[in-house]
Amino acid sequence: MTLPLDPALLARLQFAFTISFHILFPAFTIGLASWLAVVEWRWLKTGDETYRDVYRMWVKIFAVTFGMGVVSGIVLSYQFGTNWSVFADKVGNVLGPLLGFEVLTAFFLEASFLGIMLFGWNRVTPKMHFAATVIVASGTLVSAFWILSANSWMQTPQGFFIGDDGLYYPLNWLAIIFNSSFPYRMIHMVVAAYLTTAFAVSGVGAFYLYRKKFTDQAKVMFGMAMLMAIFVAPLQLLFGDLHGLNTFKEQPVKVAAMEGLWETQKGAPLVLFGWPDEESEATRFAIEIPKVSSLILTHHPDGEVRGLKEWPADRRPPVAPVFWSFRIMVGVGIMMILTGVLALFLYFRKRLFDCPWFHRWCMLMTPAGFIAVLSGWFVTEIGRQPYIVYNSLLTSESISPVAGIHVGLSLIAFIIIYGLVFGAGIYYIIRLVQKGPVPETETPYGGHGIEAPPLFSDVVTPKGEDHV
Amino acid sequence: MFSFEGFIDLPLIWYALIGTAIFLYVLLDGFDLGIGILFPFAPSEKCQDRMMQSIAPFWDGNETWLVMGGGGLFAAFPLAYAILMPAFYIPVILMLLGLILRGVSFEFRFKAHDRSKKRWGYVFHLGSLVATLTQGMILGAFVQGVSVTGRTFSGGAFDWLNAFSVMTGVALVAGYALLGAAWLIMKTEDVTQEWARKCTGYLFWHVALFMGLVSLCMPIMDTRIRELWFDPVNFTFLSVMPVSCMVLFWMVWQDLRNKNEYRPFFLIQGIFLMNYIGIGVSTWPWLVPYRVTFRDAAAAAESQSLLLIGAVIMLPVVLAYTGYCYWIFRGKSSHETSY
Repeated sequence: MTLPLDPALLARLQFAFTISFHILFPAFTIGLASWLAVVEWRWLKTGDETYRDVYRMWVKIFAVTFGMGVVSGIVLSYQFGTNWSVFADKVGNVLGPLLGFEVLTAFFLEASFLGIMLFGWNRVTPKMHFAATVIVASGTLVSAFWILSANSWMQTPQGFFIGDDGLYYPLNWLAIIFNSSFPYRMIHMVVAAYLTTAFAVSGVGAFYLYRKKFTDQAKVMFGMAMLMAIFVAPLQLLFGDLHGLNTFKEQPVKVAAMEGLWETQKGAPLVLFGWPDEESEATRFAIEIPKVSSLILTHHPDGEVRGLKEWPADRRPPVAPVFWSFRIMVGVGIMMILTGVLALFLYFRKRLFDCPWFHRWCMLMTPAGFIAVLSGWFVTEIGRQPYIVYNSLLTSESISPVAGIHVGLSLIAFIIIYGLVFGAGIYYIIRLVQKGPVPETETPYGGHGIEAPPLFSDVVTPKGEDHV
Repeated sequence: MFSFEGFIDLPLIWYALIGTAIFLYVLLDGFDLGIGILFPFAPSEKCQDRMMQSIAPFWDGNETWLVMGGGGLFAAFPLAYAILMPAFYIPVILMLLGLILRGVSFEFRFKAHDRSKKRWGYVFHLGSLVATLTQGMILGAFVQGVSVTGRTFSGGAFDWLNAFSVMTGVALVAGYALLGAAWLIMKTEDVTQEWARKCTGYLFWHVALFMGLVSLCMPIMDTRIRELWFDPVNFTFLSVMPVSCMVLFWMVWQDLRNKNEYRPFFLIQGIFLMNYIGIGVSTWPWLVPYRVTFRDAAAAAESQSLLLIGAVIMLPVVLAYTGYCYWIFRGKSSHETSY
């Protein structure tokens, strides 16, 4: 049994808490940045002020969430050392450059052009402002590229060797960066981020439609979000399936935990629900569909799926959290696809923007993406345990020489501060939503921060609505 | 696998690069942390708005240099990163919490009104103060050395806490506040500028005093540093730094009297640079004083080589667009709402 102050467990809890908190913001801002770029492009292209109002409302929400993402991300770049110093020492040669590239190619880019995106109205030309939005959006994707590459390497490590000193050394950078699970994880996560944003935006749009406020702007939000639900949500099922097949090949024990399968069998059933019990090594009260698990994973009804008992008990991940998180993720995904189907149906009935029950449903779906993203990460990260680098380095052998009490106290401090920050952030976002996309009466480029030098609009005649 | 090991001194280049990144962080986030330290003392809320507005477009980019410092240390010198982070566990966590609080205060204060706006102003101050104090304490503890056994930190959780590190913490608070005040002289007008000038004059003496104290303590505390600095040959070269500091201080004083707006900020940056080089010379070649040198801590040559390509291509680009952003937002700050 572990003691309550087991430093390894506390270090994991702390890291899980800070990284779960952090991932909520990128999951939203990756999609939001790209969407804002599209909205601004539409505005420049059509001159329709509706797009401008939508942009200027959501860019404020973007600023709040991006700010929270930045500060919670800085924490992580130091926690590799504070919580996992042995890991940092051992794999620094391999993972260090990947994280270094993230800072060099993405963080500076995002941070610098965010300033222009938020405060640059009137200071730069509309085209330059649009470019800043696009650059920020690309920055979020480049950042995702590097960090997901690093994470994927921990899942499917390759292209390295372990020296006599026990340290990891790089052999082939391309193999390290483009490791086996990376392409799947990258696509799955970026699409997840897009869907998260789509459902958050659609929730707000549905709220306005339901209340019959800001109808024009709400149609832009809701319509564009429903396009994502209709076309992208089903695609995500496909990407997720491909990712799952890769996991089945590379990390079969994780898949066994996801499926709640204990015995190796041909024609393995799909366990819909049940209670995975690690004591008795069985999934109790299981509701199963025969042979479907084999069909999904091996594309053959009698294919062999290895069960958890193939691995010694101390080399299996905690089964119940993986099993349940996976079901939550898939369940939310199915609800997203259903939303898309309903939207398509209503669209052909010409009732998409005039259907209160559906708008209520979409309001309920606002946090859907966040729930799916978090549970998806729980599946993949808890599923990698007990290893920190899969099949190579144990989590318990990677922790820092810091006493449990200090990790515990700092965990409490993180919970309090993050709770405060998160609460305030949600409060201000709700206030921004309540205020809504109010058409602003000032000059098209609105308020700005700094007086001299002359504003762009003072030098060039403002083209107002038709500036392209 | 490629490596530049045979052509260039990789660890030395990376030592210089990480050193530069940390120094850029000190300069850039230094002035915006300084504004947080000065924040509640501003004469009016309008002044506070101007102060915050003057750094709002930059703080995020400035803080990225801290990620560069931490991430770069992890990438180029993983052993040093793995020893120093547990050694400074408590102050690092406190610094991060402080940075979180002040970072979100920007966004929240813009959106808040009346009482809650005031409250976020105090949170901004508190976060900046804690972050600065802990950074100064980490520096103070760093120069005193770190206990290491094998490849891990082997000291106690509170090794970093002593009279000297408390003093360097307070010294850095004064130093950042001075940078912040000089930035405000440059970026504001009227009442705010007048007040900032007064602050600069006041902080000026504190910073000079603390610098004197630190310069006195370090050779007294450590024989290596004493021998290094007071070796007759070295002393001739090294005295350039204290002498130029004095000249810079004198120039700042003149500028304050002549109401020069732009120069003091850059002069004070010069003073910071001289001090930074002084600390670098004193701790050379240690990356974990006085146990692990930067050569011992270096990552594999292949890793340092790969990242060097990235740094050589990207750093000039980063510096160029950082400069572009400062150019876009040049001129005096206003109290108007942001975006």
